[in-house]
Amino acid sequence: MATTTVPAPAGRRRRTPLARREARWAYLFLAPWIVGFLVFNAGPMIASAWLSLTEYDAINAPRYTGLDNYRELMADPMVARSLGNTVYYTVLHVPLVMAISLGLALLLKRVGRLQGFFRTVFYLPVMTPAVAVGILFLLLLNTQDGLLNRGLALVGIEGPSWTTDPDWVMPGIVLMGLWSLGSTVIIYLAALQNVPRDLYEAASIDGAGGWARFRHVTLPMISGALFFTLIVNTISSLQMFTEVYTMYFGNRQTQGAFNSDAASFYVIHLFQEAFQFLHMGFASAMAWLLFVIILIITLVQVKLGNRFVYYEGDQP
Amino acid sequence: MTRMVRTAALVGVLALAVSGCGGVGGDGDEGGGTATEGTLSTMGFGLSDEIATTRVDAFRRDNPGVDLKITEGGFDEQQFLSAVASGNPPDLVYMDRKLIGTYARRGSIQPLTDCVDKQDIDMGQYRPAAKEQVTLDGAVYGVPEFSSVRVVYLNEALLRQEGLTPADVDLADWAGLPALNARLATVSGGRLSRIGIDPKIPEFLPMWAKANGVDMLSADGTKANLDDPRLVEALTTGIKLIQDQAGWGRFKSFRDTFDFFGAQNPLAKNQIVAWPMEEWFLNQAAKNTPKAELVVRPFVDRQGRPVTLSSGLAWVVPKGAKNPDAACAFMKKVTATDTWVAAAKARADARRAAGQPFTGVYTGNVTADQRIFDELYQPTGNRRFDDAVATIRSVQDAAFAMPASPAGAEFDKAWTDAVNRVLSGQAQPAEALARAQQEATAALDKASK
Repeated sequence: MATTTVPAPAGRRRRTPLARREARWAYLFLAPWIVGFLVFNAGPMIASAWLSLTEYDAINAPRYTGLDNYRELMADPMVARSLGNTVYYTVLHVPLVMAISLGLALLLKRVGRLQGFFRTVFYLPVMTPAVAVGILFLLLLNTQDGLLNRGLALVGIEGPSWTTDPDWVMPGIVLMGLWSLGSTVIIYLAALQNVPRDLYEAASIDGAGGWARFRHVTLPMISGALFFTLIVNTISSLQMFTEVYTMYFGNRQTQGAFNSDAASFYVIHLFQEAFQFLHMGFASAMAWLLFVIILIITLVQVKLGNRFVYYEGDQP
Repeated sequence: MTRMVRTAALVGVLALAVSGCGGVGGDGDEGGGTATEGTLSTMGFGLSDEIATTRVDAFRRDNPGVDLKITEGGFDEQQFLSAVASGNPPDLVYMDRKLIGTYARRGSIQPLTDCVDKQDIDMGQYRPAAKEQVTLDGAVYGVPEFSSVRVVYLNEALLRQEGLTPADVDLADWAGLPALNARLATVSGGRLSRIGIDPKIPEFLPMWAKANGVDMLSADGTKANLDDPRLVEALTTGIKLIQDQAGWGRFKSFRDTFDFFGAQNPLAKNQIVAWPMEEWFLNQAAKNTPKAELVVRPFVDRQGRPVTLSSGLAWVVPKGAKNPDAACAFMKKVTATDTWVAAAKARADARRAAGQPFTGVYTGNVTADQRIFDELYQPTGNRRFDDAVATIRSVQDAAFAMPASPAGAEFDKAWTDAVNRVLSGQAQPAEALARAQQEATAALDKASK
C-alpha cells in the first residue's frame, strides 16, 4: 500500500527556537507602542464611551442617563448644522486637494535639478502653525483690503465677503485648506518617481499618447498613494478645528464679535460643548458619533479602494 | 468613578476627534503650606507690566516663606478643567469675571467665605458691579481686579469737517442716529473708507439694551430677557447703523484692519468718527497719538443719563487647591488699596520717564482709585485727556455688569449667535432674539436645576 506524506498545515507548524526568540524580541520592541496605545488611546476611548451615557461636567461625578445624550444629539439643530458644514467642507476640500496636488506633483517631476528647491517651497506652508494660518487667512480674505479680492478686482471681479457672507464662508475655508497641501504633493511626487520608466516606454511603443499614458500607466501605478491620501485627507477634514476656530471663534478680536453658523464645524461644536459649556457627557456622545461616521466612511473607501488600487507585489 | 478614570475620560473626549488642542496639567507641585509658607501656583496671569510686577513683588516681600510659581499665559478653559479634574489644579486662577457663575455652580471653584473672614478682606472696597459678577447665590467666589468701562470716543477734527461739534453726537436720540451716521460715514462706490458711528455690536449689545431700559439677564443670572421688545429695538437700531455703512461684510472687513495699539490707530488715520470702547484706549491714544483731537463722552441711555458696561478679571481658588490660605493672602495683598497705589505709582513713574502722560489706573477697588487719583494723578496739561480722565472716572459709578450666571457661557453664545445671524442676513432681529431666548432659557433652566 502506497503511503503519501501530507505536509502539516502551515499554521500548525512548530516554530523553531530561533523564530520563538525573534517573536519575543518583536513583542518587546512593540511593547512601548502597545502600552502607549492602551493607556493613551484605548483607555480614554473606553472611558469616553461610558461618559457618553452619563451627564458629566468634568468636575462632579458622572450620573448615568442611558442614551439621553444620543437622543439630544439627534435633536440638536447645531449638531446637524455643524455636521453638514463639516461634510460639505470635506466633499469640496478632499477632491480639490488631491487634484491640485497631483497637478503640482506632475509639474515638479518635470522640473529637473530645481526639484529639491520647489519641493521645499511647497512643503514650507505645512510647517506654519495652524493658528498663524487662521490669522493670515483672515487678512487674505478681508473683503475690502484682502489680497484675494484685490487680485479679483484687477480682472474686474468684485470679490465676495469671504468671512461674513454665509454663502461664501465655506469656500473661503476651503481655500485656506489648500494652504497645507504640500504634504500630499510630496507623497504624490514620491509615488510618481517610483513608476518604472519602461512602462511608459512600452506604452509609447504601443502608440499611447500623453493622456493615455497618464490614464493607463500613471494613475494605476500611483493608485496606492491616491488611496492613502484620500483616506487621510478625509479623516483630517472631518476633524477640522484649529484654523477655523482661530478665524471665527478663538482670538480676542473675533471671540464674541462675529462667528457664523456657516463656520461651525463639528469638532468646534464638540469643543464648545465640552470645555465651554461643561457638557462633557454630551461631547463624548458627539465624539463617538464622529468616530462611527469616520469608521463607516473609511470602511467604504477601503472596500471600494480594493477594486481600484494596485499594490506592488499583488498576485495577478 | 475614580479621579484617574475621569482624567482619562477628559483626554478621551478629544482623543477621538481632536488632535492638536493641547492639554496641560498642573505643575505637579505639592503645596500644603499655610498663609506664609509652601508653594503657591497661579494660572492665567502674567507679569506683563509694572502693575503686575509691583503687586507680585509686594506679596513676595510680605511672604518670604511662600514659593510663588507663576505660569505665565492667558486663561485656558481646557487647561483649567483638565487640571481641576485631575486633582492637580493651581492654587489661584486669574479669569474673566463672566465665567465665574458657571464654574461656581459646577463646584470647580471654591466659595471664599472663609477666606474673606480669615483675612478680613473688606468686600465693601470693591465696586458693586465687579462684586456682583463674582457673587453667586450670595456667596463670593472671586476677588475682582480691574474695572473696565465703556465710554464714547469722538474724533473732533472729523466732526468739525462736517460742521458739527461733539455736542451734536446725541446717542440718546436713537431716531436721529441714522441721519447723523449717514453724514459722518464715507461710503463711495460701495466701499467704506470712514465709519460714522460704530455701535460695537454684538459685544456692547448689553449696554444698548440697558440704555433702552432692559437687562438681558435677570439679577440672579437665571432668567433671560432676550425677546423683550426693547432689546429688539436696540438691536434693530445697531444693525441699521452698520447696514447703512456699506453692509456688514464691508463694515467688518474695514474695521478688522484697525490697529488700536499703535501710532497708526483709526483715530490718527481719521478712519472713524464716533465709537463706544473700553477706557484702555485712552492710555493708548495718550501714548501713541497725544495730539489727536480726541473727545470722550459717557455712553448714555435714551434719557441722556450715563450708562456703562463694566467687566474685568478676578482671582479665584479652584477646587482642590493645595494652598488656599496662601492663595487667599495673595488675593488680599494684590488687590489691597496700598498695593494698587504702589503699582499705579510705578506706572506713573514709567510714563513720566518715557515722557508720556499718565492717565490713571482703573481698578475694581473704589478706595484705591480714590487714592490713585488724589495722590498720583497729575493733569496732563492736555485738556482733552484731562477731560477724558474725568469722564471715565465719573461713569464708574454708573456701571453695571452682566450678573454671574450658572450658564453664562451658553447665555452669551445664545445672544451673540442671534446678533450674528442678523448681521449676516440670516434672520430678522425679533426672530433671531426669540430663538436666542429659547436657547438661553433651556440652558439656564438646565443649569439651575
